[in-house]
Amino acid sequence: MSTYTLRAKHRRSTLRTLAFLSPWLIGFSVFFAYPLLSTVYFSFMHYDGFKPPAWSGTKNWTYVFEHYPFFWPALRNTLWLVLVMVTLRVAFGLGVGLLITKIKTATGVFRTLFYLPYLAPPVAATMAFAFLLNPGTGPVNSLLEKTGLPAPGWFNDPAWSKPALTLLALWGIGDLMVIFMAALLDVPKEQYEAAELDGATPWQRFRYVTLPNISPIVMFAVVTGVIQTMQYYTQPLIAGKVASGVIQGAGTQFEPGYPDKSTLTLPQLVYNLGFQRFDYGSACVVALVLFALSMAFTALLMRRKGGLIQAGDR
Amino acid sequence: MPGISRKAAIALAASASLALLATACTGQADSGASDDASKETTLNFWHAWSAPSEVKAVKDLVAGFEKTHPRIHVNVVGNMTDDKINQALRTGGGKAPDVISSFTTNSVGRFCSSGALVDLNPFFEKSGIDPETTFPKAMNEYTQFEGNRCAVPLLGDAYGLYYNKTAFEKAGIAAPPKTWSEFEKVAKKLTIPQGDSYKQLGFMPDYHGWETTTEHYLGQFSPTYFDKDGTSNVAKDPAFAQAFTVQKKLVDALGGYRKLETYRSGLGDEWGPKHPFHTGQVAMQLDGEWRLGMALDAKPEFEIGVAPLPVPDDQAGQYGKGYITGTIAGIAATSTKQNAAWELVKYMTTDTDAVVNFSNAIHNVPSTLAALKSPKLKYDPRFKTFLDIAADPDSTTAPASVNGGVYLTTIQEFGYDYESGKATDLKAGLKKTARQIDTDIAQAK
Repeated sequence: MSTYTLRAKHRRSTLRTLAFLSPWLIGFSVFFAYPLLSTVYFSFMHYDGFKPPAWSGTKNWTYVFEHYPFFWPALRNTLWLVLVMVTLRVAFGLGVGLLITKIKTATGVFRTLFYLPYLAPPVAATMAFAFLLNPGTGPVNSLLEKTGLPAPGWFNDPAWSKPALTLLALWGIGDLMVIFMAALLDVPKEQYEAAELDGATPWQRFRYVTLPNISPIVMFAVVTGVIQTMQYYTQPLIAGKVASGVIQGAGTQFEPGYPDKSTLTLPQLVYNLGFQRFDYGSACVVALVLFALSMAFTALLMRRKGGLIQAGDR
Repeated sequence: MPGISRKAAIALAASASLALLATACTGQADSGASDDASKETTLNFWHAWSAPSEVKAVKDLVAGFEKTHPRIHVNVVGNMTDDKINQALRTGGGKAPDVISSFTTNSVGRFCSSGALVDLNPFFEKSGIDPETTFPKAMNEYTQFEGNRCAVPLLGDAYGLYYNKTAFEKAGIAAPPKTWSEFEKVAKKLTIPQGDSYKQLGFMPDYHGWETTTEHYLGQFSPTYFDKDGTSNVAKDPAFAQAFTVQKKLVDALGGYRKLETYRSGLGDEWGPKHPFHTGQVAMQLDGEWRLGMALDAKPEFEIGVAPLPVPDDQAGQYGKGYITGTIAGIAATSTKQNAAWELVKYMTTDTDAVVNFSNAIHNVPSTLAALKSPKLKYDPRFKTFLDIAADPDSTTAPASVNGGVYLTTIQEFGYDYESGKATDLKAGLKKTARQIDTDIAQAK
């Protein structure tokens, strides 16, 4: 076969591969690569949507990191939620999953009961929690006061607003419960039997049998949890609005993260800067910070995942 | 080398696509007003009103216009927030608004400086209308930015004091307070404690107490927000420190921030019938003229009194002034029917009968001096207080800024810190606030 024929064959093969890949390539280019490149481009531009974009160097970056008063509180809140809320959600989801798999009677009823809150629309669920946790008239504080326990300010107290959001997230644990339940039911029974014969305690069976078997699912829950938390927008915004008593409608100002910026998250800043202040450049800077954080967390977790899977394989 | 040139071609194509897409996102403002307003045309008019009675009032207003301008038809779209309006003004296109109306005057600076709305000065000149003699002083002020008059007042809001006359009588208070020091005494006298909370609170001073925002308090102190060179005056004008001090004293005198916030969290919302003033949980309320109709609809078990808000003790002579804001209207720079759009805007905002009828229906303050004096105005006698506040030359407003209401949010943020005790050094806090305002403005330019 001549070199020319080989080359032609190779080219045809490459083109065929590209043709098969083209739907993904187009999607990747249009919905990921182009927006990402645009975001980087606009982060160095002064652009308000009317006048043509003008080069502003690192002005937007300096503004966001040094002068925009909401950036650092929002970053701190986002990191708090990633560390505390994601950890507790995974732990609670796993706990509920374990509990559900152990129940022998009315399993369908319990599974439905635990799953149902997840189906509640976020806005409605948040408003219901704001009502339940109202420090002045809410039933939770009335109960706490009657029992002599301290009644926190919940969504009206900067120290308690994020724990209140975490409670809301734990209430809607249905998604993780289902995933963990499926993973737990998939663990080979003979491994538990062997461990029991070896005299393993319940904790040892969980640590050395259950956890290694479900570690990829745990990792999945953590990674998706981190990404979801990075995009956390609706619940903190609604909770802050309801608790502040200020309805943001026509004629009212953006009120960031009531109380005392404690419910402010980075996606809220993207909206505020981009679509309320029309400072697209600074909004792009915050979006890139979110992207970098998501990538960093995911990369870190994926490295850890390798270690966990190996441990599971041993 | 065919491989290399193909790669180069792909890179070039990608760069060209990126450049094209980036350019496509850049909406160019076109202010050309070359359309013939006498020809058959249809305008898109976006407004923010949403209550059924308000929507009907807008429809009636527009119907009146269509009657006098039979060749111009108006497609009315309601319940549009500033966010949506701002986004549509950038997008343009056939369905975008030609005429907009916004509830907040805080956006005027951004509308004008960005070129989103056209400068209406040439239109006023062409029509022989002098805005200075047509609109009240404060309304004339908040519809322009650095000489660019990109908005017109379309009814206004005046802020005053509502008080529970029955509670006043019970407490032996003969008349509403005229100065802030009197106000503090009256508010304390009207406060009836109940356990850790209140049976009746004299006044909810917190900045989250619905309309008791920094902006509305400050209106009574006649502050100058910016220097002549456009830098923040917050740290220099003593009116700011005075206003923050008065509010903080009220917070402390009425039970402290934490106690007041806990009480507030259990009160009804601003726009519902369970508003704490309607229910008698709060005896005095800083609010706009619209509260009178809402309070009467809620059928409270007491008599409602209305008065101007107090003034600082050293400005007692200016009692009767108030904070003024309102709805504004403007013409989209992207509109290709600007002359026809001006006909609509001119009718809605300067035709005395149209303004009066709209005011009668919406229960807002009329926005022209002629309409304020019109015998056709129908109102509860108490509403006259707001008409007088609107016409008072000492009444104030917040000026337009290049970044809209960002400076007001910054002042409010400091207010939250100061009332809660998180910030204790007023002077340093105001200096920091002024620096932040200047930085935000520099970023927006």
